Amino acid sequence: MSPQDSFSTAAAVETQQPAAGPAAEAWLAAEQIERQYDAPSANDAPPTRALASTSLRVEAGEFVCIVGPSGCGKTTLLRILGGLLRPTRGQVIFKGKLLTGPQPEIGYVFQHANLMPWRTVLRNVALPLELQHRPAQEIQARAQAVLKLVGLQGFEHSYPRQLSGGMAQRAALARTLVHAPELLLLDEPFGALDAITRERMNLELLGIRAAYACTAIMVTHSISEAVFLADRVLVMSQRPGRIVAQIAVPLPSPRTLDLMGAPEFASLTREVRRVIDRQHV
Amino acid sequence: MPKMTADAPLSGAKASTRRLKLEWLLAPLMLALAILLWDALVRWQQYPPFILPAPALVARKFAAVVRDGSLWYHTQLTLLEIFAGMALGLSCALVMGYFLAKSRRLERLLSPYLVAAQAVPIIALAPLLVIWIRSPGLSKVLIVALTIFFAALINTIVGIRSVQPDLVSLMHSLQASRWQILTKLEIPAAMPVLLGGLKIGVTLAVIGAVVAEFVGADRGLGYLINLARGILDTPLLFVALATLIIIAVLLYAVVSLLEHKLLAWQRIQ
Repeated sequence: MSPQDSFSTAAAVETQQPAAGPAAEAWLAAEQIERQYDAPSANDAPPTRALASTSLRVEAGEFVCIVGPSGCGKTTLLRILGGLLRPTRGQVIFKGKLLTGPQPEIGYVFQHANLMPWRTVLRNVALPLELQHRPAQEIQARAQAVLKLVGLQGFEHSYPRQLSGGMAQRAALARTLVHAPELLLLDEPFGALDAITRERMNLELLGIRAAYACTAIMVTHSISEAVFLADRVLVMSQRPGRIVAQIAVPLPSPRTLDLMGAPEFASLTREVRRVIDRQHV
Repeated sequence: MPKMTADAPLSGAKASTRRLKLEWLLAPLMLALAILLWDALVRWQQYPPFILPAPALVARKFAAVVRDGSLWYHTQLTLLEIFAGMALGLSCALVMGYFLAKSRRLERLLSPYLVAAQAVPIIALAPLLVIWIRSPGLSKVLIVALTIFFAALINTIVGIRSVQPDLVSLMHSLQASRWQILTKLEIPAAMPVLLGGLKIGVTLAVIGAVVAEFVGADRGLGYLINLARGILDTPLLFVALATLIIIAVLLYAVVSLLEHKLLAWQRIQ
């Protein structure tokens, strides 16, 4: 049963917890994961709960957006899904196997472009392949191809400090895509960009994801961005975060920026906002 | 950077090369001026050579010791001590600094002793080292190594700690090995700070070598200074000093060149 099937009507459906069935069936499943951070000083201060017991399931090919207020544990959740952080409790099953650390099939795009300032754009993008000891010719060809895809041809030999914010994030995206991940985890990658660049990047992201046919999970605090991109929006509560609702987005694809003016779009964003606002009373 | 018109960057580049040329000229000009003043002072006050020799006298002495090979004889050993001492001190500082940067616990454990060791003046420690270590060569190398160790250690710690945590996360997400994290992230990220430390280190190493030779030596530029002072051959003392200065400036220039090459990315606008 795919989530789209269960929410076939245009109206958004809200549940207290997303259904957590037998995880073995799901492509990616987080089962009651929790995360707490120890207090910085080793006193009797209680550890900070960043993530309350959270479960979620994602099917191959989906685009899922997670929205929630700042500091609700969105990034913590994404890092656990990427194998960068261990959950204090619970487990993540990826493709039928227990996730114990970073995987080559999982690509992570950070909040900041996170490029190495001493490497050119081309060499930054080539880094993942270089770490895998691929032959130089293959590295060159694949890095060039992916730079073209994200619209950075001509900037191969520029240094990160010469790039604008949008271009730097394109390079970061190219670096993640260069090893063709099956699962793309995006931690609010366009949060620092201006609204116009951000919309363009969202549109391009949809195109790029279609080209690579990868599953994507993106964390954001922009409701319209989430509705525009996702097949399904998950709403998180305030810290300690947990998923309190999921809203299916049955909008047609390929999506265009015109969609943002459509009444269905407005009603969906209203719905998401209503769920979020209810958390703040 | 101020706002520029379309053709301005080009003329800006020209202006900066012109400024660079002027800067290159400025340092030798200052030197020439200082020598002229020095010469004027000697002429005006009529100092005897053993108090302040005239520049020409020092130059003549310099030529004489270069010709008879005695300057090279002493310089050779001092250079050897500097290089061996730097190699030893730097490699110890790099390895130890790396582990101290990685482990707060290790740093808390060791740092009081490291600071205490640094507080002991090397000039006071040098005679002990000469007594304790039989090989005169080794004791001098050790003194040079100790002189630069602390500065190199601190710079290594600061450099390794300056690596952005997000870049470490990135390397983890790409399943980089520890060795790959070291060579492809930590070393390049720490390079600006490491090279800054090396600039201080090379000048300290020259001082360390002279201190070591002051304490007990029968060869080297430090010994030559001691000897010249003993026989009141002040021009010779000046020659030895000038040689030390030249060594320090050259070493500094080599590190600057290295910095220029390795950190080219920092200058790109």
